[in-house]
Amino acid sequence: MKYLLIMQIDPAVLESLTEAQGREIETGHGRFMEEITRTGELIGTQALADPSRSAVVSVRDGATTVTDGPFVEAKEYMGGFYVIDVETPERAYELAAKIPDAGIEGLAVEVRPVVFTAGFGLTEPEES
Amino acid sequence: MTDRTLEDLLRECAPQVLGVLVSRFRQFDLCEDAVQEALLAAATAWPESGIPEEPVGWLVTVARRRLTDLWRSDSARRRREEAVAVDPAGTVDLEAPAIDDSLEMLLLCVHPDLTEASRIALTLRAVGGLTTAEIARAFLVPEATMAQRISRAKATIGAGGGFTLPADVRTERLAAALHVLYLIFNEGYTASAGPGLTRVDLSAEAIRLTRMLHRLLPADGEVAGLLVLMLLTDARRDARTDADGRMIPLAEQDRAGWDHAAIRDATALLERTLARREVGPYQLQAAIAAVHAEAPTDADTDWRQIEILYRLLEECTDNPVVTLNRAVAVGMAYGPERGLEVLDRVAGDRRLARHHRPDAVRAHLLDRLGDHEAAREHFRRAARATLNLAEKRYLEDRARRAGSAATPPPDDDPGT
Repeated sequence: MKYLLIMQIDPAVLESLTEAQGREIETGHGRFMEEITRTGELIGTQALADPSRSAVVSVRDGATTVTDGPFVEAKEYMGGFYVIDVETPERAYELAAKIPDAGIEGLAVEVRPVVFTAGFGLTEPEES
Repeated sequence: MTDRTLEDLLRECAPQVLGVLVSRFRQFDLCEDAVQEALLAAATAWPESGIPEEPVGWLVTVARRRLTDLWRSDSARRRREEAVAVDPAGTVDLEAPAIDDSLEMLLLCVHPDLTEASRIALTLRAVGGLTTAEIARAFLVPEATMAQRISRAKATIGAGGGFTLPADVRTERLAAALHVLYLIFNEGYTASAGPGLTRVDLSAEAIRLTRMLHRLLPADGEVAGLLVLMLLTDARRDARTDADGRMIPLAEQDRAGWDHAAIRDATALLERTLARREVGPYQLQAAIAAVHAEAPTDADTDWRQIEILYRLLEECTDNPVVTLNRAVAVGMAYGPERGLEVLDRVAGDRRLARHHRPDAVRAHLLDRLGDHEAAREHFRRAARATLNLAEKRYLEDRARRAGSAATPPPDDDPGT
């Protein structure tokens, strides 16, 4: 079963971290990636730019509007994610707890099941 | 010869060749690599030279040579020393494999130290002869992820890889092997592949391996039961989706679209099995599938018989999903109120928390009872909770139609 581990971040919390804490998060993610690569559970991971770099695109009556900023103004945003493939929800929670963000006040990791997957080089188009 | 028959032949030989090597040299991981390379060599050579008289012997010879090459590499030196200890004089006659080692191979692949996902992957590779890329595609994970999973699994077995198992361990392993085959079948049966994607047909592969197991163990009732269950389920394959790929529940399927020849063969096998042997969970599930298969129309379904079979199944498994299935059967046989009574007994089971199935069953029973508003709400809850997209669409549709059409009973849930 595939799960999306969503790093819910608060930019203000991240900015208030000490340099040592920041370094610890980086090395923590490195260790985490190594571990779940070794166990054959990592599908992929991506980190996202600051929400201030987001743009929201909508089309109404054929006209496209592009608005700067995130879809919903909030304190917390999706900062990045891991896609993992594990046996049980409990294992997904266990892995989520190993992500350094989970241990920092004001940040958390959200775990959601994946119900459809395509692309990412996971399948090859049919030869015709 | 066609590519197809060559491929089938190679995959049939694969577990036997691997069995021969592993039984002599123990080192599962190295042996498996060597066999994969021998299979590749055969796929290149045989279309030119023709199939050798002893294909397994040919493959063993090539794999054995390749194994020697692997031992020469520095990284494998330590393991080579261990292997020499197993067969110090190198006297084992590798050219003449006398026994079919496929069964031993299967039992090895479901080693208790492996996770379920690893057992599945290793079984498909070492017994099924599929490539890592094919297995990765079938489970929609990157090839590197699957390769890592398989090599870890091989290393785990390599460390504790005894090949002859005591009788009590064999019984446990066989049960684990049946479960793995059952999971492979279900993965293939419920998978929703996008258009234009080639994926190995996992249901067909599970049936092929279960047939092989049945040939090796013809007296085992549960092996036969699992095979029948797969064949009966697979016989409905073409009738269970419409032209747009939407799910059609068993009750609404066009029974003319079922494979009746396959159903006849499968039920005949089931009758031979049930008459002679102690009944287990796979035989009971096969018997339930047979009751459905034998009804000429949905209205002819013998729900009382199905209810009895679920009761027997409840006695030999501790799985609340079985009770949910029985609630549906009770509802059909004795009315929705009685079905709801059975449902209420398991609805609070901790193992069903966040599961969509109790809501789907309740919605169906409430709809038949005439409480369409409540039914609609439970159909919606079930639709939100299910992790299967085809089922989600189906349940949303039921929520819209609650009260306006006869509600068919939800299909049996395999409960894995």
